[in-house]
Amino acid sequence: MTTSSPEASSAVFEQHVIDPEICIRCNTCEATCPIGAITHDDNNYVVDADKCNACMACIAPCPTGSIDNWRTMLRDKAYSLDEQLGWEELPEQQVIEAAAAQACAAANGSGDTGNASAPVVHTGTMAMSATVPPWSAATPYTQLFGPKAAQPVAMAKVVGNQRVTEAAAHGAEDNDTHHVVLDFGDTPMPLLEGQSIGIIAPGADGKGRPHQPRQYSIASARNGERPGYNNASITVKRVLQDHNGNAVRGVASNYVCDLQVGDTVQVVGPFGASFLMPNHPGSHIVMICTGTGSAPMRAMTEWRRREAKTGKFADSQLLLFFGARSKTELPYFGPLQKLPTSLITTHLALSRESNQPKRYVQDAMLEQAAALLPLLTNPNAYFYVCGLKAMEAGVLHALEHICTQNGLDWPNISAEMKAKGRLHLETY
Amino acid sequence: MSGINYSEKIPNNVNLSDDRTLQRALEQWQPNFINWWDDMGPDGSTNMDVYLRTAVSVDPQGWAQFGHVKMRDYRWGIFLNPGQDDRTIHFGDHKGEKVWNDVPGEYRANLRRIIVTQGDTEPASVEQQRHLGGTAPSLYDLRNLFQINVEEGRHLWAMVYLLHKHFGRDGREEADALLQRNSGDQDNPRILGAFNEETPDWLSFFMFTYFTDRDGKFQLCALAESSFEPLARTTKFMLTEEAHHMFVGESGISRTIQRTCQVMNELKTDDVNKLRAAGVIDLPTIQRYLNFHFSVTIDLFGADESSNAATFYSTGIKGRYEETKRDDDHVLKDRTYPVLELKDGQLVQKEVPMLNALNEVLRDDYIKDSVGGVERWNKVITKAGIDFQLRVPHKAFNRNIGALAGANVTPAGEVVSEAEWRLRVGEWMPGTEDRAFIASLMHRVVEPGKYANWIAPPAVGINRQDANFEYVRFN
Repeated sequence: MTTSSPEASSAVFEQHVIDPEICIRCNTCEATCPIGAITHDDNNYVVDADKCNACMACIAPCPTGSIDNWRTMLRDKAYSLDEQLGWEELPEQQVIEAAAAQACAAANGSGDTGNASAPVVHTGTMAMSATVPPWSAATPYTQLFGPKAAQPVAMAKVVGNQRVTEAAAHGAEDNDTHHVVLDFGDTPMPLLEGQSIGIIAPGADGKGRPHQPRQYSIASARNGERPGYNNASITVKRVLQDHNGNAVRGVASNYVCDLQVGDTVQVVGPFGASFLMPNHPGSHIVMICTGTGSAPMRAMTEWRRREAKTGKFADSQLLLFFGARSKTELPYFGPLQKLPTSLITTHLALSRESNQPKRYVQDAMLEQAAALLPLLTNPNAYFYVCGLKAMEAGVLHALEHICTQNGLDWPNISAEMKAKGRLHLETY
Repeated sequence: MSGINYSEKIPNNVNLSDDRTLQRALEQWQPNFINWWDDMGPDGSTNMDVYLRTAVSVDPQGWAQFGHVKMRDYRWGIFLNPGQDDRTIHFGDHKGEKVWNDVPGEYRANLRRIIVTQGDTEPASVEQQRHLGGTAPSLYDLRNLFQINVEEGRHLWAMVYLLHKHFGRDGREEADALLQRNSGDQDNPRILGAFNEETPDWLSFFMFTYFTDRDGKFQLCALAESSFEPLARTTKFMLTEEAHHMFVGESGISRTIQRTCQVMNELKTDDVNKLRAAGVIDLPTIQRYLNFHFSVTIDLFGADESSNAATFYSTGIKGRYEETKRDDDHVLKDRTYPVLELKDGQLVQKEVPMLNALNEVLRDDYIKDSVGGVERWNKVITKAGIDFQLRVPHKAFNRNIGALAGANVTPAGEVVSEAEWRLRVGEWMPGTEDRAFIASLMHRVVEPGKYANWIAPPAVGINRQDANFEYVRFN
């Protein structure tokens, strides 16, 4: 969610595909897609894997249900447009080896993919994610700026740019994550925790076309990074390698990380209408993230922290499972340590700490099974997963394991969580 | 309707709360609409709670809100797709000028006529379908019928909004008349012929929603190109709902074919009598219904040569399907287009000025789109291993409008004598016996998850609901 493909893509991803046997070729999806990722020929409607950012805008308007199909794929084996245009039916989900996912994710800078020895049984995890928000979520505004809006872009001024990870042993540029604050002045940009905005890097790509917007999660609370001001923050990691470990400088991430205070940037959005936090008293939030996937978790935590003085959430729990290779790579590690335990319970999972066994987010979750179990069946508990795609299967497997070990029916529980907007997966 | 919260009761993005003139017009019209719905809307459905999709805004998240509601309480909204500040006219004599947000005086009559004609079809289809609830093959299908009904109602609101907002007293009178004409009424029928035909059974309904609602798609696409910005933006949003209607038709026929093929394989026969005795619809009967509905629908595009069509295009009122994607000058003055005519007992092509042939251009685009879906039905037959293919009949078959009106042309495109036509018409179009057989299959199935014997269950539930979901509650 924090950066879109291909710039920060992990090797394994959920490819959005359309079922040609059910699709009626009505063009609704193509007309709805905000970034032009859907196209067609005389035979089929298809989704361009290089463009689709799984924003879900096309899902609800489709009259047939053919649009809501996903295949877990290795990025470099993604179905091409030509392949999809020739389909007469959807191909079956292929089994993908976890080891491949592990290797690729590690090359990507965060090895939090979990148990590499077991082959992953892929069940189309994206299909498990809710497309509806919690019932008490605030109503979001979406797509106020973009190619189909009245105004194509909003201009924002950079008012802060701060590195939030240590340089550590990997080199000055590696592991370089920034907290960037943008001020929108008098331009309306109402944002909620869990939403994202797109940033358009200036210039053109190799084919002379303007750069596509890159999406970044909002890391600040709804009333601004500085409360009461029309500003917001994002968390951006400098991309220096592609998913195969080859050297590549991500256009947008390097542009954003290098921004100076006083610069202006082109912004589109807001995006996202389901990865939103509950707002009713007694609602619990379980946050599971790696790396820059921490951005929406920071936003939600910050809003609950600001609300704490009202006493409205005195009976609510915040649980955070946060994975990284080492402490030095944890964005916001310092501020996180300062949060009171009365507000949040944090479980770190570090996979490359010296003299420590490897530990992934799902290991931390399994250790906390006793705390998670009642929340899985509690209608007031909402689960959010954000980070590299490769973490998703392990996290879902952990939740499934906790259920089945305790005699609970995971397929039913996960379906219920999806239907009630209680399980949200935003991975990239 | 006075004192109501307009945004809540009538979801809209046309600033209805602050528009006193529009409110007054709607306050007059809305009670008449509800009366019309009570009199002419779905039969006996007043107390049913139906799992309907309601649009509350035009963004993707806002226009698909699902929940059980009574149809009478459906929130018929008024929506325009987001506008574009700098949009210019992209075809016709005014190409390059700024689009119109108000009706230009010189085009007032033509614009009104086009909006009234479109508006007239919307309540007409509700009237045509009002008895179908009594014979729905499942709760899933019943819900889909009702969803179409309320969306046709909303499309009526869309056109009435344009009439009230932009056409003054004339517009209000036209809006009233939309509720006074009735489908099949001898004295005061609907404007277009196809909308005075009966929709007596579910096979006809599926054919209607596949073929005739697809005409709606093409007309709306052409209007969505209009230089009159409110019409373009309104029809763009309507297209998203029209897609659902076509889905009901395409999947309905597909499921019917699937069930027939299943029984053909079980009984190892293609004998029509045996299949009918087994309670499924034989493929030749489906072909005859297809021939009828296709040919009646392509008449809706109008005469092959039409000076009205030329005027609508040149003045910028109505474009072509996907006008912006076409690679020509978008003025079309020196272009020609082939149309068919009957000459010396033969079908021959002649080139006519393209501006005058724009009805034919749209009809051909429609035919191409229709054929695509029929080929998808054929895949169901092929997948079942059965050697039979459905075919769209020749463009000249059973035409009653334009140069081909009354030509005796077979579905294969062969010109025959009047006598031969009369003798063989029963091979090509459904006759009394076919209609009686189909009628005999029409029984209401209301147990959740159950389907009439002649139709297969859908591949996916509405909004991904379970197979046993109670789409309609009868109370």
